[in-house]
Amino acid sequence: MLAYLIQRFLSIGLSLLGVSLLVFFMVHLIPGDAALAILGERATEASLAELRREMGLDKPLYQQYAKFLWDIAHLDFGRSFKTRQPVIEEIKRYFPATVELTFAAMAFSILFGISAGIVAAIYRGKFLDYFSMSTSLAGISMPIFWLGLMLILLFSHVWPILPSTQRLDAILDLDIEHRTGFYLIDTLLMGNFAAFRNAVAHLILPAITLGTIPLAIIARMTRSSLLEVLNQPYITTAYAKGLSRWKVIGKHALKNSMVPVLTIIGLEFGYLMGGAILTEYIFSWPGLGSWLRDAVEARDIRPIQGGVLFVATIFMLVNLCVDILYAYFDPRIRIGDETT
Amino acid sequence: MKHETTASTSREGQALALRYYRDAATRFRKARLQAARYPSAVIGVSIILFFVIVAIFAPLIATHDPRQANVVERLQGSSAEHYLGTDGVGRDLFSRIVHGTRISLKVGFMATAFSLGFGTLFGAIAGYYGGWLDNVIMRAMDIMLVMPSILLAMVIVTILGQSLTNAIIAVSIVYIPQYARILRASVLKVRQLDYVMAAKVIGASDFRILTRTVLPNCIAPLIVQATLGIGAAILDAAGLSFLGLGAEIGEPEWGAMLNENRNFIRRAPLTVTAPGMAIFLIVLAFNLLGDALRDALDPQIN
Repeated sequence: MLAYLIQRFLSIGLSLLGVSLLVFFMVHLIPGDAALAILGERATEASLAELRREMGLDKPLYQQYAKFLWDIAHLDFGRSFKTRQPVIEEIKRYFPATVELTFAAMAFSILFGISAGIVAAIYRGKFLDYFSMSTSLAGISMPIFWLGLMLILLFSHVWPILPSTQRLDAILDLDIEHRTGFYLIDTLLMGNFAAFRNAVAHLILPAITLGTIPLAIIARMTRSSLLEVLNQPYITTAYAKGLSRWKVIGKHALKNSMVPVLTIIGLEFGYLMGGAILTEYIFSWPGLGSWLRDAVEARDIRPIQGGVLFVATIFMLVNLCVDILYAYFDPRIRIGDETT
Repeated sequence: MKHETTASTSREGQALALRYYRDAATRFRKARLQAARYPSAVIGVSIILFFVIVAIFAPLIATHDPRQANVVERLQGSSAEHYLGTDGVGRDLFSRIVHGTRISLKVGFMATAFSLGFGTLFGAIAGYYGGWLDNVIMRAMDIMLVMPSILLAMVIVTILGQSLTNAIIAVSIVYIPQYARILRASVLKVRQLDYVMAAKVIGASDFRILTRTVLPNCIAPLIVQATLGIGAAILDAAGLSFLGLGAEIGEPEWGAMLNENRNFIRRAPLTVTAPGMAIFLIVLAFNLLGDALRDALDPQIN
């Protein structure tokens, strides 16, 4: 187990080194010059030289990369050119919003995705199967930015019951102490239930939007995985023992069919952590995604570099957790044992 | 002597052509039977054909110039003059969606052709030669897979600058690893087989072995992936444009149209409903077809 963990961390480190190379060379791949890209065509020669010196662009390449690595090893991603804030501070500020949204979206998609998958598998070839599978195919093909806009149209305009922007009404936001950055927790800690309800209401539409594609993917995966397990001899045995259908599925089939579903959940979770870009943009959700989009639009290099490294790290760590969780769901998988 | 050889090869060639023709005919008949078994494929193909026809005849179908603004007529509802109404600066929505078909199909096919080409190349090299080359290539591919596709595309757009062409390039690069992985896995499986060994012994060049004996065995998964890939590429490029990082301002690109019109969602809901519906339908069509192809080409799944 320990050897396995060490090996995995080495592999993650190696991948991160690769990502760091990518984001490092990003600066140099920009046609012309990164300083020119930030300041624009009309910048004076003096201000360009100044920025180049600040970004270290006047030094040899290997020195620049060494310094870059040294800095990120100390969690120093430089400063945003636009806001003048240290990138790491901005990540700290925006990340909780993304995490909150991701958790809500995943809860939604896991709950409904697995249920839909089970129903489809049980009623294979029947109406419910076709219904849930065609809905999920539609879900996969759905441009989520359009889905988000349609939800806003329906539930904020035609039938105005849910808010469509930000994490909290502006008036309530003033009273909130930002202790954890998670509004659901912050409001509860303060005992401010009105604000809590408001925060939940703000979370619903973005969470549904973000959770729809994972929901569809999870439903399809659950169905095919469960169908495979239901064909196994031990399921026949279980039926032969006289167990009821729900007992067979609940006690024997479901747990064994969860390994591939878990893989998918882990992958989706990792992607959502940094992949909420479109959803956050639609709902003006102040998370990492909106922040990164703004940085790309302004060609603000440092936040992009820091953000990409951060998202990649999170993604790999989430996947590591998933791999470790496998052992629980399928004891036959011995982590780190190459022979099995 | 020389004459004889050519004669025999040409006869051989004729026989070969005849066999190929018969094969093709059987395959076609089989395909027709298959089509009946996979109604989703038929639906998918029909929608795709519909969009292709719209794209080809776009200037004839469109009733207005898709880029011509007319502020006086802004945000109108649907009427006989403007089938789907007008957008925030008075451009005819119907004509913009019709012309947008061209852009989306172009994006889908070009991006997929590019990533299919490079992915196949990298995957084949990595799988066939192995060793450090394999390591380097697949490591690079893995690195591209540790971030969401749209984020990687955004990084590439940052480097290249914002334009539709660059969005296509970005989306193409993003999808290279998927094809490379499929091809590498197939090559690894095929490489050890007897007939590849035989080809090697005869002295066939690496290029010939790859194109004649290895590639034909990986066609099925590549076709499935490419079909799904066209839909995904269209979706991602539209997403980039929606974020304001793709198509240039004013271009009739569906994602960009959604972004332009989102502030008018209350006053003119059609300006947001219609372009999104177009994206949804075209992506759904490619997914339907891809799914059906997978079922048809990979009997193991059933």
